Amino acid sequence: MSHAVMDQRPQDAVGPRPATLRQARLPRWAPLGIALGSAALAIATGVLADLQSRAQWGLIAALLFVATTFALTTAVEGVRQAKDRLATSLVWVCFLAAVVPLASLVWETVARGAEMFDLYFLTHSMSGLRDLQPGGGVYHSLIGTLQQVGLATLIAAPLGLLTAVYLVEYGKGKLAKAVTFFVDVMTGIPSIVAGLFVLSFWIILLDFGYSGWAGAMALAILMMPIVVRSTEEMLKLVPNELREASLALGVPKWRTILKVVLPTSIGGITTGVMLAVARIAGETAPIMLLVFGASSINNNPFEGPQDSLPYFIWTQFKAGNQYAYDRAWAAALVLIALVMLLNLLARGIARWKAPKAGH
Amino acid sequence: MAKRIDVSGLTAFYGSHKAIEDISMTVEPRSVTAFIGPSGCGKSTFLRTLNRMHEVTPGGRVEGKVMLDDESLYGPGVDPVAVRRTIGMVFQRPNPFPTMSIYDNVAAGLRLNGKYRKAQLDEVVEKSLRGANLWNEVKDRLNKPGSGLSGGQQQRLCIARAIAVEPQVLLMDEPCSALDPISTIAIEDLIGELKEQYTIVIVTHNMQQAARVSDRTAFFNLAAIGQPGKLIEIDDTERIFSNPSVQATEDYISGRFG
Repeated sequence: MSHAVMDQRPQDAVGPRPATLRQARLPRWAPLGIALGSAALAIATGVLADLQSRAQWGLIAALLFVATTFALTTAVEGVRQAKDRLATSLVWVCFLAAVVPLASLVWETVARGAEMFDLYFLTHSMSGLRDLQPGGGVYHSLIGTLQQVGLATLIAAPLGLLTAVYLVEYGKGKLAKAVTFFVDVMTGIPSIVAGLFVLSFWIILLDFGYSGWAGAMALAILMMPIVVRSTEEMLKLVPNELREASLALGVPKWRTILKVVLPTSIGGITTGVMLAVARIAGETAPIMLLVFGASSINNNPFEGPQDSLPYFIWTQFKAGNQYAYDRAWAAALVLIALVMLLNLLARGIARWKAPKAGH
Repeated sequence: MAKRIDVSGLTAFYGSHKAIEDISMTVEPRSVTAFIGPSGCGKSTFLRTLNRMHEVTPGGRVEGKVMLDDESLYGPGVDPVAVRRTIGMVFQRPNPFPTMSIYDNVAAGLRLNGKYRKAQLDEVVEKSLRGANLWNEVKDRLNKPGSGLSGGQQQRLCIARAIAVEPQVLLMDEPCSALDPISTIAIEDLIGELKEQYTIVIVTHNMQQAARVSDRTAFFNLAAIGQPGKLIEIDDTERIFSNPSVQATEDYISGRFG
């Protein structure tokens, strides 16, 4: 390669070299200022033009923000920086667009659910109350959800964990490929189909009655592929060097997995299981088909109909009066709080168990 | 406790790819044998066949014979776990178990094998850490995680972990390539002390290191990329570095290729 070519290349690529390294910059408050200005302008437009939909206001604000940022930066800083800021502002807009529904969901649930949410609501059932009457509580549904989800986890977590260990540590060839394929297929099973399967098998064919256990089996079917997938990913993250270090010490493979691989990844595995729990805690369809629903407390998940939080929410909405709506929102709040508590618990365990890099 | 390794006609495969071909050599007890050669010539693969770690890699298999004194490593009914307990290994990158403390790391070999008493374990941990020249640096923080140590300390921790199970042979796969010069010298001194008790085989890319620490040196080479690696010659280190019998060895050592 000749020197002449080397010398020309940077000039061809980025134009003549600037005389100085300094150049005009927008002030640091510019992005925030543009954002506030766009929002104000959008609100003004919305009010003046009498736009009903708040989504339109947001869209106008977003477009104004992105366009103004780009135009101003091009004028002051140049095209390259303008592209950079364009990307940044698009990322911000998308982030807000994703957060707004989430925040409004939580806000709505808390605001409406707080009406009924108290200790009485948590510790009483709907026994002897009709849906038109005020009062009552969610205790029977809470018990049902906890028992059904707990049983489902007891079935699905060990099965899923061991399947993942097989796939990552032992599986090769056709069997492993087949297992992976069917796990993928299972991930896509609609919850109502899982419910119908247990219904036809357990309740119709084997002639057992409605029970929390029947629901738990359907929930376990839904939960298992999620546990397998997440655990598999976590086990793959464990460096091979650790396995080799252990094997080279003359530790048998099963002990290596038990004492080195699983402890190293236990944090991630717990998080995965908890996410799967959160996913099935909101399932309604299998509960409708298999647990039947109840308005009084049934502490035995193996005998007789139970209730569950999502099912309770659905029945209350169906009742369609103000008291029932309040109960439904409060139950939704309980469900969200329950899932969040479980997530916090999982994070706590993950942090407690995670490999430490202390000094 | 040191034993002799006798290899004859050893060929190793990864699936259908032949990584090393027809290697025969003897590794003397209570001595340091160094493997040198260009990247990809199969030094590490050969090292891993010596304690059956090669077959941990999917598709890894071996033909030929490896004798430890009068026992065949690849004979029928030989348990690879027992082989690895007899022939320990230290890896290129320090790999302490991240969930375990310094103490637990050293004790891991005994503990994971199931049989130990607390007092006995304390003794072994101290002895191994002293053996690896690490005791004085970590004796006050045995319960801290092993990953908090510096790279050189971590590698000595791994050596302590390997010698805690009292192997008869110690294999080292480029143990200093991730370390700074001072840690490297600490490890080299340690190798000099360990050879009083153990048979040591070390793979290194650093020819000065081979010249410094080893008694015998084996030179590996490969004809071309994709061809299997072969043992060119093995001789006393002094002779390899002053007057090798094969031209390729001299070319490699004097930096004319590789």
